[in-house]
Amino acid sequence: MNEHIIQIIELTKKYGNIKAVDNVSLGIRRGEIFGLLGPNGAGKTTIIKMLATLLKPTSGFAEVWHHNILKEQDAVRRSIGIVFQDPSIDTELTGRENLDFHARMYGLNKEKREKRIAEVLDLVELNDRAKAFVKFYSGGMQRRLEIARGLMHYPKVLFLDEPTLGLDAQTRHRIWEYIKRLNKAQKVTVVLTTHYMEEADYLCDRVAIIDNGKIIALDKPNNLKNAIGEDIISVQVSDGGKFSDILTKIEYIKRIRLHDDFLFLSVENGEIMIPRILRLAHEEGIFVQSVSLRKPTLEDVFLTFTGRTIREQEASVKEQIRMKAKASMRMGGKR
Amino acid sequence: MKSLDFTAIYTIWLREMKRFFRARSRLIGSLAMPLFFLLFLGMGFDAAFKFSDMPPGVNYIAFLAPGIIGMALLFNSITSGLSVIWDRQFGFLKEIMVAPVSRVSIVLGKTLGGVTTALLQGILILLIAMGIGFKITGLLGFLSAVICMILIATSFVCLGLIFASIINDMQGFHLIMTLFTFPIFILSSALFPLERLPLWLKYLSYINPLTYGVDGLRYCLIGMGHFSLALDLFVLVCFCIFMIGLSTYLFGSVEVD
Repeated sequence: MNEHIIQIIELTKKYGNIKAVDNVSLGIRRGEIFGLLGPNGAGKTTIIKMLATLLKPTSGFAEVWHHNILKEQDAVRRSIGIVFQDPSIDTELTGRENLDFHARMYGLNKEKREKRIAEVLDLVELNDRAKAFVKFYSGGMQRRLEIARGLMHYPKVLFLDEPTLGLDAQTRHRIWEYIKRLNKAQKVTVVLTTHYMEEADYLCDRVAIIDNGKIIALDKPNNLKNAIGEDIISVQVSDGGKFSDILTKIEYIKRIRLHDDFLFLSVENGEIMIPRILRLAHEEGIFVQSVSLRKPTLEDVFLTFTGRTIREQEASVKEQIRMKAKASMRMGGKR
Repeated sequence: MKSLDFTAIYTIWLREMKRFFRARSRLIGSLAMPLFFLLFLGMGFDAAFKFSDMPPGVNYIAFLAPGIIGMALLFNSITSGLSVIWDRQFGFLKEIMVAPVSRVSIVLGKTLGGVTTALLQGILILLIAMGIGFKITGLLGFLSAVICMILIATSFVCLGLIFASIINDMQGFHLIMTLFTFPIFILSSALFPLERLPLWLKYLSYINPLTYGVDGLRYCLIGMGHFSLALDLFVLVCFCIFMIGLSTYLFGSVEVD
């Protein structure tokens, strides 16, 4: 089960002096939903584009479905489907025509084409709008059509570059359900990039956190969160000072912070600790008004590894993007 | 990588056709300008000036008609070549470029699409001109004119593709239309004969490939011309091959962002 469908070895991409991707090595397992999580400009999209043979790496290489991305471009392209960050559908054609174009480009015969178009339309629930021009689609529908299109030619791997960027919360959740469904039903490995923590957390079996072109952490979302530590239980009690003194002696509570009548307790496995703490309060005659538990998020993980929140990072990255744009303009304006 | 993928070529061609026949307003617009030139400019100049060096029986409108067909071919061909810029702008180029299809096939598909639409418009203008009294030499002339049209269209669709591989934005598109397309049209002998031009203007016309295209059309349709038909065809074929080669080469190095 742990067979690697993508193997990345010391992949590097430089724009001028800036390393957009810096010596990344990575194995992606067959059948998983793998997330590249990081701020804009971290190098996620550049990695995807190199894997999709749209960009040539400065050094290093990768194999997709055992095909070398440098030497067997056609075989790689046949094995992958991709949904780009920006829209890439012909809005002057209908939804069905866009799928048909794709299927023909990938050499599917008429019979297979029609069967597959029906299948993928069904998957993203666009059957009834298939004959409408894409220019009349909503943003969410266009995204779904692109996901359907990416699946047309039975790819082994589906790349999704920021699949829910710019979509409202409701549409985002719907897209997530489609991604989960296609991963199971079509048995396709999914590699997605995102800078939404919840998205990576909810969807991905494993997540690589990437910053400044380097992978800084890689594991299951839960392991990542557990690794940086504790849950925070906040308890609102009648006598905060007294309860705080009692809790200080309890070993499984690592840190206590008192704020008015709120106590913030750092513990591991918070959900197990809540009953214990409540029982203790009861025994000591302390009245508990409210309890809440906060699990660490991937945001906390990012903060721990980089010392910044992902939003702070995005502000400074804008400067780098500008420099990258300048650098590539110097390279002849072709990108 | 397979060098020629006929399914892909057909697929790209088919998309161009669908887009062309759906954009009625664009079709009307691109037909209207040459027809205005032919009718209003033709009749106006015919009435106002006496052109020297016209063979007997050839009036200015008969002289102008092949030139206007050349003009329609030029503008439509370059525009469809440049439509790659639109595909880039709206992201569709990425969808084409990531497919397991050789760049040659993409260029050929695009070229065939552009040539088909330009040719349809060229023939349509010829038929309209014939409808309003433009007399051609005969069926053979008509057929050989179509061959000239194909050569002209292919060359300039490829030129459009070449520009599209070099420039990225809409501003570039307008710049090219003004800086290249118009001079190519005006200096092609489409509007006036070359005989009495000042020498420097004459030389500019001689290095303009469309001059040979228009001249070839004139030979085929009304039986008169500046060069010989053999020279016209020779230049057209050479230019056409060169353009196909260059556009394929440049398009091969295009990266999509």
